[in-house]
Amino acid sequence: MMNVFSFDVLSGVLRTMIALSTPFLYAALGETFSQLSGVVNLGVDGIMLLAGFFAFYAVFLTGNVWLGLLAAMIVGLIMGLIMSLVSVTLKAQQGISGIGLQMFGLGMSSLLFKVLVGTVKTVSGFAPVKIPLLGDIPFLGPILFNNNVLVYGGFLLVPISWWILEKTTLGLKIKAVGQNPAAADSVGINVNRIRYFSVCLGAVLAGVAGASLSISIANLFQDNLTAGQGFIAVALVYFGGWSPVGVLGGALLFSLANSAQLWLQVLGINVPASLAVMLPYLLTIVVLTVAVNRGKQPAALNKQFFRGEN
Amino acid sequence: MKLTRILMAFVLFALIGATAFATGTKEAAPATGAAKPLRIAVVMPSSTTDMAFSQSMWQALQIIQKEMGGASALELKYSENMFIVPDAAAALRDYASQGFDIVIGHGSQYGSSIREVAPDFPETVFAWGTDVNNFGLKNVYAYTAAAEQGGYVNGVLAALLTKTGRIGVTGPVEVGDAKTYIDGFVNGVASVNKSMPISKTWTGSFSDVALMTAAAKTHIANGAGALTGSSQSVVGSIGAAKEAGNVLWFGTQADQASLAPNLTVASQVYDWTGMLRDIIANRKAGKLGGDAYILTIANGGLKIAFNPGFSIPADVKAKADAAITGIKNGTIKALP
Amino acid sequence: MPMAFMLQRNKAAVKAPKKGDGFEFMLRTLVPFLGVFAALAISAVVLLMLKTNPIVAYSAMLQGAFGSISGLSQSLVKATPLLLVGLGVCIAFRASVINVGGEGQIILGSIAGTWMALSFPDLPSAILIPACMTVGFIAGAFWGFIPGLLKARFKVNEILSTIMLNAIALQFMNFLLQGPMMDPEGIKAGTFLAQSARLPESSWLARLIPRTQLHAGLYVALGFAVLVYIFLWRTTIGYQIRAVGLNPNASRYSGINVPFNQMLSLTIAGGLSGLAGVIEVMGVHRRILEGLTGGYGFTGIVAALLGSLHPLGIVPASVLFGGLLVGANTMQRAVQIPAALINAILGLIVLFVSGSALWIHNIIKKRKTAAVVLAPVKDAEQ
Repeated sequence: MMNVFSFDVLSGVLRTMIALSTPFLYAALGETFSQLSGVVNLGVDGIMLLAGFFAFYAVFLTGNVWLGLLAAMIVGLIMGLIMSLVSVTLKAQQGISGIGLQMFGLGMSSLLFKVLVGTVKTVSGFAPVKIPLLGDIPFLGPILFNNNVLVYGGFLLVPISWWILEKTTLGLKIKAVGQNPAAADSVGINVNRIRYFSVCLGAVLAGVAGASLSISIANLFQDNLTAGQGFIAVALVYFGGWSPVGVLGGALLFSLANSAQLWLQVLGINVPASLAVMLPYLLTIVVLTVAVNRGKQPAALNKQFFRGEN
Repeated sequence: MKLTRILMAFVLFALIGATAFATGTKEAAPATGAAKPLRIAVVMPSSTTDMAFSQSMWQALQIIQKEMGGASALELKYSENMFIVPDAAAALRDYASQGFDIVIGHGSQYGSSIREVAPDFPETVFAWGTDVNNFGLKNVYAYTAAAEQGGYVNGVLAALLTKTGRIGVTGPVEVGDAKTYIDGFVNGVASVNKSMPISKTWTGSFSDVALMTAAAKTHIANGAGALTGSSQSVVGSIGAAKEAGNVLWFGTQADQASLAPNLTVASQVYDWTGMLRDIIANRKAGKLGGDAYILTIANGGLKIAFNPGFSIPADVKAKADAAITGIKNGTIKALP
Repeated sequence: MPMAFMLQRNKAAVKAPKKGDGFEFMLRTLVPFLGVFAALAISAVVLLMLKTNPIVAYSAMLQGAFGSISGLSQSLVKATPLLLVGLGVCIAFRASVINVGGEGQIILGSIAGTWMALSFPDLPSAILIPACMTVGFIAGAFWGFIPGLLKARFKVNEILSTIMLNAIALQFMNFLLQGPMMDPEGIKAGTFLAQSARLPESSWLARLIPRTQLHAGLYVALGFAVLVYIFLWRTTIGYQIRAVGLNPNASRYSGINVPFNQMLSLTIAGGLSGLAGVIEVMGVHRRILEGLTGGYGFTGIVAALLGSLHPLGIVPASVLFGGLLVGANTMQRAVQIPAALINAILGLIVLFVSGSALWIHNIIKKRKTAAVVLAPVKDAEQ
């Protein structure tokens, strides 16, 4: 029992937390943009899968991780265009179109994997890059400053998203469209264009999230690689109350709980494994229930906008 | 509106373009020769390319097909990803009513379905696993694998080879052959060194590769020098071992050496070909079922595939071989 | 006096829009079919690339879903849980809450029902079966009540809580199947399979057609479709739930307790999903085992939306959607394509069908504008 609270364990828990939180960060920050503009995209999981596959496949063919990342972003963009076309232009029920997108991504990624690759193969993904000086700080250095580029990118994305949403006209427009599309329309904002942009940005980030699974964490592709992480990412947006910092908190909390429960098991603490696995899910609900500030839901979330009728 | 139309066209082309990659080769339809081919259909819960349970059966069937002389002698059909049991039941019934000679339900969750379908097709041979129960039906074979046996051998090897004196086990859910394999493994380790620490993690999912990867990394951070695990998600553990570079891997269900050629020591391989040959021969002789097969090391159904790319010290190899012999002749019990 | 006036006015404001005429009904029914055809047309290209004849494949699909007694009954087997889950989604949606928690509620319902049947195997069927269904309903309702309460009391978004509760329910089932509820026979045989003991025969639902899996649960599901219709359109609570969905602000002003109604609707939705779970167990599996939910918690949402969120519309929608799932599997067997393609095709179908909403909207709008112009003339004629 002594070693539970040792230095090594703590550092291990935090390192695993950082690694696990990366895909959630990309996907949930992306979904935040999408939802702030008024579109719930339940298809994040499908985007992650298809983009994750193409990232893997590009690295598998060329060995170049950057091409893999690019492939993931392009696939994310295409999936984003499909989602916006169906949900924004064609005014579909967002819940249902998202589930359609998820099924499509799940099926298509497995199909392509089977036909093009055949069986599980590994690739070498993004390697850790130690940041000079900072990486040598005892304890914190190895945790924070000895990760790969995608991890750094995920954490940098938090202040960038915050800046875009709070300090730029674009951010204002996105939020205006999500709060009151009719009013935004009346002051000359092109509601559909802003929604297309936000959904596609979200989808590209979901694509990067998929890539961070297939060419940074696992370095391989397998049927249903995400195992539902895209849905968790959507939930984390609600947890974060549509703010990038809140999303960061949610992603870190969820991953910390997951990392801690793995350590609990490894250290042989006598808890039934299934109950340990429940921990992150349970904790997320409990924390949100007792937290005071829950953010304000965009008023036009999940509502189609018919120009000139609302 | 124009923009929309252009976008629509773009998305459509992108879709078609993406699928254009998917030009797989299909085997030619079986030639309509004079002799009627034997027809076998298999229903599986995961994909034929899962590097684990389903792949082991599909590969075995393909080997049998090659032996018998290709598609003109043995017609094979499959249904994969049948994790929804009523769908699997419908598939089993459909194959049987299409006149397939042997219908295999390759998943322990298909028991009730076999029990319902088999009595309606007394001329058809049904085989299902992994379980030992053929429900007293004359046209049903049950089959299972004594996964603990290979687990024991892997455990002996792991205990002798780990450089850190510590071993990690990454499991999905503590049931079925995932449980028996790991029980055997732990027992094998204990046979070498009773006090060697083994940590076990269960991710609660057969498919969560990311969590499996994290679990393996946790073991490694905690000082594990050898890892093993079961289910299709262990590819994540193998990736973690490979990334660490000095952690040994012990596989099960299928030969996993290709995923980490320098670090995989051995894999327990499920070889269903012997059982399949036996069922085919029995059917020819008019015996449609009633037996239960248990793959063991002794009957050749379980093989320990040593990775040629990893050189095992001679004394360690000798001890592993001794364990194999002991399990074969019954002097060693794989489970405590 | 002003208060009473406001109540009146707002009641009028939240009144459901007039039910569509025959044309609108036909439109709403037919356009989804066009969506299905469009999706199948694109999928045909994929099939051609896999060197498969799409005509052969699709005829196998149609034949498999509705072309034989066994196919048709299999479609109805799948339609049963889809219908029950879809009805729940419909009630929740009417109160403008989204129930993504079907998976967890199915699990809870099936666990409770199984526990009941295994604990009281000696009860006669006439008592045991309704008792199992009742506890299944209650357990599912409890799993729907939690997100309902969290939403009503703490404003926790139901999408977040239901997604988390799905994972918790799954791990809870894993926990039970690894120990307390594991089949004693599996332990004895050393196979340790992830399944419970087999239910006593007295708890089995009767099979309706021999050599098929079609079971009496279908009647229960159909009965509930009618009940839900009556509940939503013929009772005060149902009226309040619909009012909350149509206009929460107006409902609040007119004295309807919005959070309570949303909580209630999630609870009922959970109960219906729980019932779907226990019926699957008693009618099809006769035990709990891994893969039990079959994704119905999600596909039920699709069925509900295809049925235009109307209890009686969900009946044909779930039969059609069930048929689609069954037919797709038949197609896989007939032409031996990778099973993953089925998901891709289903995804496209859902995308196309949901994307057809705009056309329906526009056509109806045009007709309504025309009707407004024509109306005075009609009046004058009388």
